[in-house]
Amino acid sequence: MKKYIILLLSIYSFSVNAQETFSGTIFSKESNKNKPLEGANVFWLGTQVGSITDQNGNFSLPFTTEIKQLVISFLGFKTDTLTIEKNSALLEHILYEDASENLDEVTLTQRRKAIQKSYLAAQNIINVNSAELLKAACCNLSESFETNPSIDVSFSDALTGTKQIKMLGLTSPYLLITEENIPMVRGASQAYGLTFTPGTWIESIQITKGMGTVVNGYESIAGQINTEIKKPFSDVPLFFNFFTSANGRQEVNAHGNFKVNNKWSSGLFLHANQRTKEKDQNRDSFLDVPLAKQVNILNRWQYTDAEKGWVSFVSVRWMEDNKQIGEVGFNPELDRENNSLWGSEIQTNRFDSSLKVGYVFPEIPFQSFGFQSAYSNHKQKAYFGYRRYEIDQESFYANLLFNSIIGNTKNKFKAGLNFSFDQYLEKVDTFFFDRNDQSLGGFFEYSYDNLENFSLIGGIRLDIHNRLGTFITPRFHLRYLPKEKIIIRASVGSGRKAANIFAENQTLFGTNRLISIQQNGGLIYGLNPETAWNYGVSVRKIFSLWGGEGDITADYYITDFTDQVVVDWEEQGKISFYNLEGRSRANSFQLAVDYSPVKALSFRFAYKNYDVKTAYKSGFLQRPLQAQNRFFGNMGWETERKSNGAQWRWDLTYHALGKQRLVSSIRDGNGSYASAYGLWNSQLTRAFNTKLEVYAGVENLGDYTQKNPIIAADDPFGINFDSAQVYAPIFGRMLYSGLRWNL
Amino acid sequence: MKKLILLFTLVLPVALGAQEKKNKNAKANFEVSGNCEMCKMRIEKAALAVKGVKMATWNIPSNVISLIYDQNKVPLKTVQTEIAKVGHDTPLVKAENMVYDKLPMCCLYERMPEQKN
Repeated sequence: MKKYIILLLSIYSFSVNAQETFSGTIFSKESNKNKPLEGANVFWLGTQVGSITDQNGNFSLPFTTEIKQLVISFLGFKTDTLTIEKNSALLEHILYEDASENLDEVTLTQRRKAIQKSYLAAQNIINVNSAELLKAACCNLSESFETNPSIDVSFSDALTGTKQIKMLGLTSPYLLITEENIPMVRGASQAYGLTFTPGTWIESIQITKGMGTVVNGYESIAGQINTEIKKPFSDVPLFFNFFTSANGRQEVNAHGNFKVNNKWSSGLFLHANQRTKEKDQNRDSFLDVPLAKQVNILNRWQYTDAEKGWVSFVSVRWMEDNKQIGEVGFNPELDRENNSLWGSEIQTNRFDSSLKVGYVFPEIPFQSFGFQSAYSNHKQKAYFGYRRYEIDQESFYANLLFNSIIGNTKNKFKAGLNFSFDQYLEKVDTFFFDRNDQSLGGFFEYSYDNLENFSLIGGIRLDIHNRLGTFITPRFHLRYLPKEKIIIRASVGSGRKAANIFAENQTLFGTNRLISIQQNGGLIYGLNPETAWNYGVSVRKIFSLWGGEGDITADYYITDFTDQVVVDWEEQGKISFYNLEGRSRANSFQLAVDYSPVKALSFRFAYKNYDVKTAYKSGFLQRPLQAQNRFFGNMGWETERKSNGAQWRWDLTYHALGKQRLVSSIRDGNGSYASAYGLWNSQLTRAFNTKLEVYAGVENLGDYTQKNPIIAADDPFGINFDSAQVYAPIFGRMLYSGLRWNL
Repeated sequence: MKKLILLFTLVLPVALGAQEKKNKNAKANFEVSGNCEMCKMRIEKAALAVKGVKMATWNIPSNVISLIYDQNKVPLKTVQTEIAKVGHDTPLVKAENMVYDKLPMCCLYERMPEQKN
């Protein structure tokens, strides 16, 4: 990625129209050996024509006959100016260290932190790179947030083993989840969509707390999560990963990237996972984790024409996922939809394709165009005992974006258009809910940066939607540094979405609750869309203590719903959906500390407080299954990489959850709370060299489990059966191990 | 909405048209003395404060500033004068000693001997 950026940056400088290229290699002397020098500047004197050496010390430049002086410079080395008379041979040149320069403070050796909180952006964006992702036990996007305090991971139900993510106390439907800025997990894929992106494919994740940009749409309410997939141009040529866990899950990943020519590169990413053994630790006769099988294939093509400023991606992806859940011994062929054993099968097929084109004006690099389009088809077929649920969503999305400046680069703007079309064919038991959604929107975002201590982003968009109406979405962010190392951010904005009540609450099918939709003439299931305002402030202070570096961040966000589709589980034997009458809000406070006393050791602690209250028919209550207090701790330790790349890495994570309100049931009675508990996870990785790593870890080290995760497990066809009231792990201590190998 | 599209369509041809007239997006590179991140911020800020300068990026290791500016609006020397005013030497204009002396410690770059012609 870094190389890619450097390349992109250096292309702007080609102002000379040269046919010939001049190349060479730059070395430095290290214990009398020539070592390739990465990152050295090479340019023709007095011109913009320059380049930076790659990891092998190589560079190439357009050759020019007009200028003969070639300048080679690198911080901490003596700058050399060479006279090049002809472009006859490859240049090989050694740069010598400049002893007169004091290099104590050179930042080049500083390693990049795995989690980077943005310093310059006006939005509260947390970047999670692939090093951080390796700390998670496994294996897909939904499990990638275990070491990140801004996102809470909880359990969606006692059957599917799916992890549910929450931000600011709100569940994932209130987040805009994009893949390379194309909305990805939405509508039909809301329940399991995060499990359809294998962890090894991910290059990095950007988490925006609170209101995000208007560029990607109006749907985000609590925040945005964007995933960048590995790029064929910069990824390793060959990669393998194997994983196996004590709860019977096996995973295999294989990636291959190759360069077709100097402009085209292609990547093929294969993933398969399965769980074939039935596990029932708690002896409630139900599987603790599903029997599952997934095959996931992605092929992407990247086109880069650095000189002309074009970048393009074409991706095609196909995924098939099958899960079987329910009672031990359930045989779909024999027991399906008869009342001997309760069982369920969930089959998902998904096809995705996307085309992205970006163009940077080579003469004026502050100006660029972007076009994105995506088509997806998501088909899910499922039955749960007697219940049936099928959803088929076909989506088309297009986005055109133009970036430029007003006057100078302190004033930038983005403007563009979005179009989206969704066709839903949905079947719940014997009822059909089919609908088409389409929307067209335009946006304008202005950003100002005084380059010193103040920046702001103001965005506005106007959308015309056949069901949500015509509406304006304003969003505003600012960042201010009252003094060095203190950063204050504030944001305000609105968001709106159509609630796909069944797809977002699929756990209801693992219950025998009666479904009630209290329609009011709205256009989505007879209900009105959800709208909310989100306000947030955060203060971050960077500090030095006992020779180490750290930062402390406090933030507070308020999400205030002006309308909401309330999901009401309060009444026994029933689940109701209705539009909000009264107030609904989610207030969240987080205090987080990151501290690294020495290079090898890092600590991260966070305390979180949530106050998520909604006006239910039965009163203004805290949202059920939401811990109001949470504590997070993570300790990471790693040895310095040896010259051959050998390293040990270890980390330990602790999550504490305060008491959680439970809805009334025959198990929990009325007005009860789940007691507080803590969970420990740990992982140890041994890198033998830069190519081979093995890792082993344990999840839920303290072996804490919920005693009766399924209500009325002994009577799954009775009225009280409910697998959705889960507040703690179902599976106890779980060991896993894996291997990563790349070429 | 209408305004938005208007803006969008307006900006585009202007920008594209601008590309052909080289002098509207003229490029220049010259050395500006300096050391560190703070220098970078100060130099770029001074350059961008000049009306007509569209982009200014100063590279720490090479000490070279890359400019894109509108030649119709501003001569290059004005940019150098403005940079020198905040304490950084440029090929055409040197900073005043008074200003230079007030720079923070980390920014006190090694000055070339004065050349008087």
